[in-house]
Amino acid sequence: MERADSNRRFFIAGFFILIGLILIMRLVYVQLLADKYILSANNNVLRYITQYPARGLIFDRKGELLVYNEAAYDLMVIPKQVKHLDTIGFCRLIGIEKADFIERMEKARKYSVYRPSIFESQITRESYGIIEEKLFRYPGFFVLPRTLRKYSAPIAAHTMGYIGEVNPDMIAKNPYYRSGDYIGISGIEKSYEEVLRGKKGLKIRVVDVFNRDMGSFQDGKYDSSAVAGTNLYSSIDAELQAYGELLMTNKKGSIVAIEPSTGEILCIVSSPSYDPNLLVGRVRNKNYNILSKDSINVPLFNRALMAMYPPGSTFKLVNALVGEQEGVLFPDTRYACPGGFSLGGGKKVGCHSHWGPLNLPQSIQYSCNTYYCRVFKSIIDNREKYRTTKEAYNAWRKGVMSFGLGKKLGIDLPGELNGNIPSAGYYDRYHGKDRWRALTVISLAIGQGEIGITPIQLANLTATIANRGYYYTPHIIRAIGRADSMNRQYLTRHYSNVAPAYFDIVIEGMQMVVDAGTAANAKMDSIILCGKTGTAQNPHGKNHSIFICFAPKDHPKIAISVVVENAGWGSTWAAPIASLMIEKYLTGKITRPEVEKNMVECNLITGY
Amino acid sequence: MTGIYLILVIFGWFNIYAAVYDEGHTSIFDISQRYGKQMIWILAAFLLVLMILLLNPKIFSQFAYLVYAVCLVILVVVVFAGKEVSGSRSWFQVGGMALQPAEFAKVGTALAVSKYLSGQYISMKDSKTWFSLAIIIALPAILILLQKDTGSALVFLAFVIVLYRAGLNGYLMLALLLLPVLGILSLVMNKLILAGILLGIAIIVYLYTKRRIHHLLVIAAIYLGSVGFIYFVDYGFDHLLRPHQQERISVLLGQKTDLKGAGYNVNQSLIAIGSGKLFGKGYLEGTQTKYNFVPEQSTDFIFCTVGEEWGFIGSLVVIFLYLWLLLRIIKVAERQRSKFSKIYGYCVASVLFFHVIINIGMTLGLVPVIGIPLPFLSYGGSSLWAFTLLLFIFIRQDAYRYELV
Repeated sequence: MERADSNRRFFIAGFFILIGLILIMRLVYVQLLADKYILSANNNVLRYITQYPARGLIFDRKGELLVYNEAAYDLMVIPKQVKHLDTIGFCRLIGIEKADFIERMEKARKYSVYRPSIFESQITRESYGIIEEKLFRYPGFFVLPRTLRKYSAPIAAHTMGYIGEVNPDMIAKNPYYRSGDYIGISGIEKSYEEVLRGKKGLKIRVVDVFNRDMGSFQDGKYDSSAVAGTNLYSSIDAELQAYGELLMTNKKGSIVAIEPSTGEILCIVSSPSYDPNLLVGRVRNKNYNILSKDSINVPLFNRALMAMYPPGSTFKLVNALVGEQEGVLFPDTRYACPGGFSLGGGKKVGCHSHWGPLNLPQSIQYSCNTYYCRVFKSIIDNREKYRTTKEAYNAWRKGVMSFGLGKKLGIDLPGELNGNIPSAGYYDRYHGKDRWRALTVISLAIGQGEIGITPIQLANLTATIANRGYYYTPHIIRAIGRADSMNRQYLTRHYSNVAPAYFDIVIEGMQMVVDAGTAANAKMDSIILCGKTGTAQNPHGKNHSIFICFAPKDHPKIAISVVVENAGWGSTWAAPIASLMIEKYLTGKITRPEVEKNMVECNLITGY
Repeated sequence: MTGIYLILVIFGWFNIYAAVYDEGHTSIFDISQRYGKQMIWILAAFLLVLMILLLNPKIFSQFAYLVYAVCLVILVVVVFAGKEVSGSRSWFQVGGMALQPAEFAKVGTALAVSKYLSGQYISMKDSKTWFSLAIIIALPAILILLQKDTGSALVFLAFVIVLYRAGLNGYLMLALLLLPVLGILSLVMNKLILAGILLGIAIIVYLYTKRRIHHLLVIAAIYLGSVGFIYFVDYGFDHLLRPHQQERISVLLGQKTDLKGAGYNVNQSLIAIGSGKLFGKGYLEGTQTKYNFVPEQSTDFIFCTVGEEWGFIGSLVVIFLYLWLLLRIIKVAERQRSKFSKIYGYCVASVLFFHVIINIGMTLGLVPVIGIPLPFLSYGGSSLWAFTLLLFIFIRQDAYRYELV
């Protein structure tokens, strides 16, 4: 070997060291600087298994179970472990077609051959029994227990609501949810989701490359068990609810009953309705499509919260109370009724024939339009108190809204509407700034025109009158967790702007309505009922029949609003239904079976 | 050197235990498992060492060509009669154990190269010398290629280092080093642009020379050779490599991401090593390797177990041990008086070096996946014995360095 080459040993040694350094630099990056590898390592070996808690139960006010859980099973498959499959036998067992089987296996395989995916979801307990016996023959398949919501009676579908799998939007908004979780989508299920759902638990298992379970991670140090959801005690009276739904058979409309002394909702009927069990489990999507496409009955539409009606004559009570408070109306104020209220130019607000002149309670008894046009005009044109029409109108509007009208009540159910008590700004825009007067908006006097009130607001108005001036925000859940606890959110009294002293004379009139007035057909011997009829003008068809009432007169136990769409006079349908409801609630029996029969059998939907 | 050898071998044994470890078989001496078998290989290797140390050191040089010839014959036989394991026909079934002649061929070739270069009338300037050496090295490599064991065949490239030490032209060596760089560039870049860049470099180089006509000719020749090489690489990639080899290279160059297919091994390997962090997860606590996410983790990917369980510190120690061993071999080789011993020492260093960088580089995603074992650490009798022979023949020579001339 040539002498000149002997320094080459250093080149070689240097080369070795250089390459060694490159390896070390790479190690520094991979082991010390990069984080992605340790994350991937955890993803490789740790399987996070969610422990699903049982959802909270819902009881009615008498302790009857309304909503409970039933075991259901998801059939899972790990494609890699499926071996020697008797496809025909398996399809027969599950009850599917072979083409379906191939498609589902393909889908599962696409997701992962090592990880489980849902093959068939929500198998009922009955079918599970059969499947379970034979499942051992089909390696790669196993079942995961889940729960299904069940409703003990087919009532209060809108109120109970339903649950469904979360969609990607919900997951993005709330990190609690993972794909496949259930979430309340409407009704109580939605508004009390966080109480009902409980807390998911987590088990961390270590798996090998074939997804074989190698035991729990660090002896379960990071595991947590599921906490069951909290039970809810609803203020709903299941019996009353069912009776209301019966009375509303083949009618469109709603019934809302409230216990005035607490604001608890006793029943909330929206008709037409549907069986809540239709929106459970595997049949949910199919049935939901059918229900949502029913454009004639619109069964998914919760009329009690989301339908706005002009309150018609029932609104006269509010005008009377606001008029008294404004100092322009007194118990013995009398107005003559010449068959209507002239607006000038040959136009007038018509009135039916009755004797006169009437005082305040009598005006309620006979629902005189002329009387309330004058009352309304006297409020708006009260130039002693207010300089302008607008100022007076705003005072009136404030008084009206203090009864919980024209704004959301804040009840514990989703989807509630504001209703509409038009603002002065609205009339400014419609008629031109300051180009309107009392007579321009006179329809407000008798609860017609732009004004819109939901059945729940109407019932709350009734409760406010029954309480002589205040209300508790209506709510459907009276206790959370323990039956004897109180739903703390709803313990504040909301006072109207009208002093309690002004209510008695109005209530006097309401009693006369039933005793010998427009709603004489609602009269009962045993119970003193105070009510007011209403007929909401409906530009699209026959008028809506409305009746609000409460009973007993002293220490009222129930305040109720009934709206029957396209039924004509308030006295014809709504009043008898309301009286039946009250009789049912207060006495537990029906003394007028012929009235009940008429109401139940009448069909106001067909032919529309 | 013996000390480093022992440390690596025993450390390897423990890591194989960790890599194969499952709760069912907990005894490291259980010979039904790989670590048990490795223990037997190790014990047998010690016997081998004993035998070598008892032999007259002169016979290695005397029988060098014979050993080489026997290796070639066996390689030929194995091409036709070998056992096929995952696509390669490179195994011999002898009784209960499988031997891989390719591993031993390295020893034979090292002996033959040393013997030839230590010949009395060898001139490094003689083209006949180069031709003969090329044959000696290429013959076993080609036979191994025929067994479809590309990785082991590539190892023979390591002998270039020996040739460099023995007097190979330095420029040629530089060219050989630059060729892989050029090869990679030709795969990731547009070939025309690359050729243009090279032209620019050639012109600049020419302007810096004395601009004589023969400079121009040499530069032009090199330039044309380079461009030819670029196109050859591209052609070779498409037509000579097998699909899985193309995939591995594409994945490495980042032209493809295929974490479930060709990139799976390397990705899982990086995950295992990367998750070890500074101190590792502790012995037998590795999750990636223990639960079989890393394929071949007791043989070619044994370094993953080291990286995951012993962390950066452990990996560093292993790399330092190898470096130390290599530098030590060079140092010892330089003190040999016998030309044979000296060249043989470089053969040992070169082959070990190639194995170590390719293997660890592969687990770290630096070089394509080439299935060659990590010396002394990887599971496998053939490779352990071959490396033991390789190293201890040299140690034996060194012990007699004053008597061997």
